[in-house]
Amino acid sequence: MNQDLKNHINESLKKGVRLDGRKKEEYRNIEIKVGVIATAEGSALVKCGDTEVIAGVKMTVGEPYPDSQDQGTMMVGSELLPLSNPNFESGPPSIDSIEVARVIDRGIREGKAIDTKKLCIRKGELVWTVMIDVLPINHDGNLIDVGGMAALAALKNTKMVEIENDKIVAGKRTEESLPVNSMPIPITVLKIGDNLIVDPTEEEEEVLDARLTVSVLEDDTLCALQKGGDASLTTKDINEMIDLAIKKSHEIRDKIKEAL
Amino acid sequence: MASKYTKRDNGRGFNETRPIEAKAGVIKKADGSAWFRIGKTTAFAAVYGPREMHPKHAQDPKTGVLRCNYNMMPFSTEDRVRPGPSRRSKEISMVSTKAILPVVNLVDFPNAAVDVFIELTETDAGSRCAGICAASIALADAGITMRDMIAAVSCGVVDHQAVVDLDGPEEHMHDIDVADIPIAMVPSTEEITLLQMDGKVSKEELLKAIENVKPVLKQIAEVQRKALKDRYK
Repeated sequence: MNQDLKNHINESLKKGVRLDGRKKEEYRNIEIKVGVIATAEGSALVKCGDTEVIAGVKMTVGEPYPDSQDQGTMMVGSELLPLSNPNFESGPPSIDSIEVARVIDRGIREGKAIDTKKLCIRKGELVWTVMIDVLPINHDGNLIDVGGMAALAALKNTKMVEIENDKIVAGKRTEESLPVNSMPIPITVLKIGDNLIVDPTEEEEEVLDARLTVSVLEDDTLCALQKGGDASLTTKDINEMIDLAIKKSHEIRDKIKEAL
Repeated sequence: MASKYTKRDNGRGFNETRPIEAKAGVIKKADGSAWFRIGKTTAFAAVYGPREMHPKHAQDPKTGVLRCNYNMMPFSTEDRVRPGPSRRSKEISMVSTKAILPVVNLVDFPNAAVDVFIELTETDAGSRCAGICAASIALADAGITMRDMIAAVSCGVVDHQAVVDLDGPEEHMHDIDVADIPIAMVPSTEEITLLQMDGKVSKEELLKAIENVKPVLKQIAEVQRKALKDRYK
């Protein structure tokens, strides 16, 4: 780690200043566009500062899991594309990309965003599978939050596909929307020294001590958590981080609603 | 020979491409980048380097090494593409590298690599050519010494009729013979740097199709150059 950078960010934060002039609890400018990919059932492009992420949804049919025979299935996939940052390398999925995908997945899954019961075609035999792929075009920090926004906006934009003889008819989308019940928003709060910040840039992520991603539902209940970073957190930290996440989740959810 | 293909289903003229748009400098973290769209087929390209070559055994003490990497995003086709490299994407990466290599000069960067990452967000045929066009703009945007652009487009022969820029439905016509010929060219010298074909054509038809597509490739190169100039407006 670059110790000079860390000291500099720390000293500035003590004065309440960030490298790009933002306040500690301020997100960068967010732009959301839905329906950007014609080959996808639903899609969204989200820009947050210089971070830019595309999410696309593809629908297929398949067998249900043995423990939930009357429910459709879902999966979030992500890859830290080497196109999006000089530090990302080609090859099998890195642990960082797996974490991004799984934390976004957990928020959507546990927040029951997709009404999987409505995605059952024949109990125990055939159900819908929702594949959500979240890919960065330019990575300048905060991929979980930006990817989570893109995934949710893409789901809200998704149309169902026609089926014939238990197979999907590729490219034939219906007027019916994918049943989406809730809007879980993942918010990541970083702890650098004694400071809590949201929406980190790549430099801020590099020097973080700890982070906590909190997925928040409309009624402020929490549906997923993930702690990261090497330092520990006190109960007081966690308390403050969750408060901040809940506060920011309203702002972000409104932005997504506005874009839809 | 008279062709059964007297009119294109998409309403275009035989030498008419789909609408083309290009933009340079779209990925901030990259040393050079571009976005290229022909019809619905959309490619992003990012250049990183010259930078240290890994693995070390791939280093060349005489020159820098160009590496293109072609990838389709999972949602870029109607049937979801499984993430990760496939035989197809590896071959396209290789031919794309070779399509661009003749115009780039990397002798000043021994042991280094210049990586070009090409990502297709949406495809409707012609994706390798769109990728090569984007990559070529991105390399110029990165300040890599080049003696010209590389312009690429697929041409085709549909039942003896030469056609430019086949789209998805045209490529998949069943009741008529379709040959798909992706081609890349150095516009100023008319050197061909990529040539592949799927389908059946006679030698004469192939040569005619190539002659036919040359002016189109020169027009594409103009769009590429304009994208670079627009960046500095």
